[in-house]
Amino acid sequence: MTVLEVIGLRKLFPIRKGLLRRVIGQVRAVDGVSFHIEKGETLSLVGESGCGKTTVSRCIVRALQPSAGAIRFRVGDGGAVDIAQMPKRALKPFRRHMQLIFQDPFSSLNPRMMIGDIIGEPLLVNGMTDKSKRRERVEALLELVQIPGAYLNRFPHACSGGQRQRIGIARALALNPSLIVADEPVSALDVSVQAQIVNLMLELQDRLGLSYLFIAHDLSVVKHVSDRVAVMYVGKIVEVAATGDLYARPRHPYTEALLSAVPKPDPRLRAQRIILQGEVADPAHPPSGCYFHPRCRYAVERCRVETPELAEVAPGQWARCHRAAELTLKGVG
Amino acid sequence: MAETPILAVQGLKTYYHQDEGVVRAVDGASFALRAGRTLGIVGESGCGKSVSARSILRIVERPGRIEAGSIVLQRAGGAVDLARLDAEGREMRAIRGAEIALIFQEPMTSLSAYYTVGNQIGEIIRLHKGVHKAAARKRAIELLAMVGIPRPERRVDEYPFQLSGGLRQRVMIAMALAAEPRILIADEPTTALDVTTQAQILDLLRGLQKQRGLAIILITHDMGVIAEMADDVVVMYLGRVIECGPVDAIFHAPKHPYTKALLRSIPSILARPRDKLATISGSIPHPYDRPTGCPYHPRCADFMPGRCDVAMPAMRAAGADREVSCFLYEEVGA
Repeated sequence: MTVLEVIGLRKLFPIRKGLLRRVIGQVRAVDGVSFHIEKGETLSLVGESGCGKTTVSRCIVRALQPSAGAIRFRVGDGGAVDIAQMPKRALKPFRRHMQLIFQDPFSSLNPRMMIGDIIGEPLLVNGMTDKSKRRERVEALLELVQIPGAYLNRFPHACSGGQRQRIGIARALALNPSLIVADEPVSALDVSVQAQIVNLMLELQDRLGLSYLFIAHDLSVVKHVSDRVAVMYVGKIVEVAATGDLYARPRHPYTEALLSAVPKPDPRLRAQRIILQGEVADPAHPPSGCYFHPRCRYAVERCRVETPELAEVAPGQWARCHRAAELTLKGVG
Repeated sequence: MAETPILAVQGLKTYYHQDEGVVRAVDGASFALRAGRTLGIVGESGCGKSVSARSILRIVERPGRIEAGSIVLQRAGGAVDLARLDAEGREMRAIRGAEIALIFQEPMTSLSAYYTVGNQIGEIIRLHKGVHKAAARKRAIELLAMVGIPRPERRVDEYPFQLSGGLRQRVMIAMALAAEPRILIADEPTTALDVTTQAQILDLLRGLQKQRGLAIILITHDMGVIAEMADDVVVMYLGRVIECGPVDAIFHAPKHPYTKALLRSIPSILARPRDKLATISGSIPHPYDRPTGCPYHPRCADFMPGRCDVAMPAMRAAGADREVSCFLYEEVGA
């Protein structure tokens, strides 16, 4: 069952200039992104800073209003509803079913609220006014994220980074959401704590049948959590496939370069890396044709003039590259 | 190691005296850097890796202080113990930048926003080399070209905010190399960068090392970066070096339980999809709440009651060029 289906999502930001703040151009932060997430599945959006992955997630939770496209979200066993242009008031019943986990566990918890109140707040806001009932639910949530019940009356400053991230997860789970949007949930944590949170997220998914949209730049972490991975470059998805397929045999030269650039934790594998030249293209002034062509080592004349479409290269593996079928790209593991 | 290390840190203790108590940021760390090689210092937050670097350069901020230990630098005129020099004195200032340079994690906060790139690099060149403005500018352009900045003659007049993160880190490296140091300390040089930019910067550091015989101390929390870059590795935990040795030995035959656990717990791009990670229980203790005995014992899988929580294990030789600080290896008598 499809929980979320995003079709042709676009988000443009105006560039203004001068005294009258006239619009002189547009940044296409998200430029026609489509994907779907099944129940109990993790889809990861990966890419470098500025590729639009966070903007996608913010559009889905409607922290931003999409410029175009559909966001079809299914609640329970009901039909899918397009929430892309829904007015704020009508959105409210849908919001509780999609929750966010943030990157920085230090700034995402109110330092003046006790843990119990932080986790209980979404319950209170959504009408659970009975105090003892709320406490019961908060205690159950703390147990779910493996935090001792005694923390109920503590403040966030008394907790370590890992504990804070667990509290953030408990708060997100308070209303039994079906979709969790996690934007870099472990990138601010120490390695030994990162592993605990990754495992916790995997366990909770199995237990509660959650769907995750996982936004990350770390391809190693992504491999540990994802069923499928979508790679973004300058506002567009350039490749999407099942995790194993994408890592073992990438079909887009950008995916290949990304995988190659990740340091492998084994000194015996010091291989020749693909060093991408130059920098990520400016989404306000993207290059002609394929946006990746100025940095692509396989680029031919066609790539300079013609924009490639996302096409299925192998079963379930889609790539936005003119040469996807003829190239044999190098993966890892 | 037969050769004399270019820089040898011995029993370094750097403490911060706060009202609430003493934070032992570095608590008896020893390691050695060989000429033209890369020493990787790896550890999680609070392990003392950055304070070690600051101690070497004598830029530990108050209320921090070097309490004990030596930092011996080999110079043309003989060895000198940096720990004994006046931090603000003439000799230390001649060493800082000219012999040992430092690059930081966040290039935006360590570059001045008010001066052009050329101005900032030029200042260092004029200070250390005593050349005129025009010559310094020319040299600054050469340095920018050397670190792979496109159109350096134009970039030299730009301000840091006009540059991307990767270019800023290149500018930092150019600045660090302006006075032609023999030792470069890189403190999380690529942590704030994207992975493709990280690959570019690591490649640049490797190239510069080959070209100029730089000795590099690379400080990072990222085991992948260590595996790619380091010749020798020092693993730190709560201010102590708990294991050191050649990179291959550390990754393929780790001895200390913490090193073993750390290596198992890192997410790897080589893992199977949706593979669970091995975890280390608990979290890093608060600096005011240091465990007694071995600092790692509350989280250790091989904890021996009555032993590890009572005394601190000493660093012992454990094979060729290797040392480990753990009671598991004391019985054997090494």
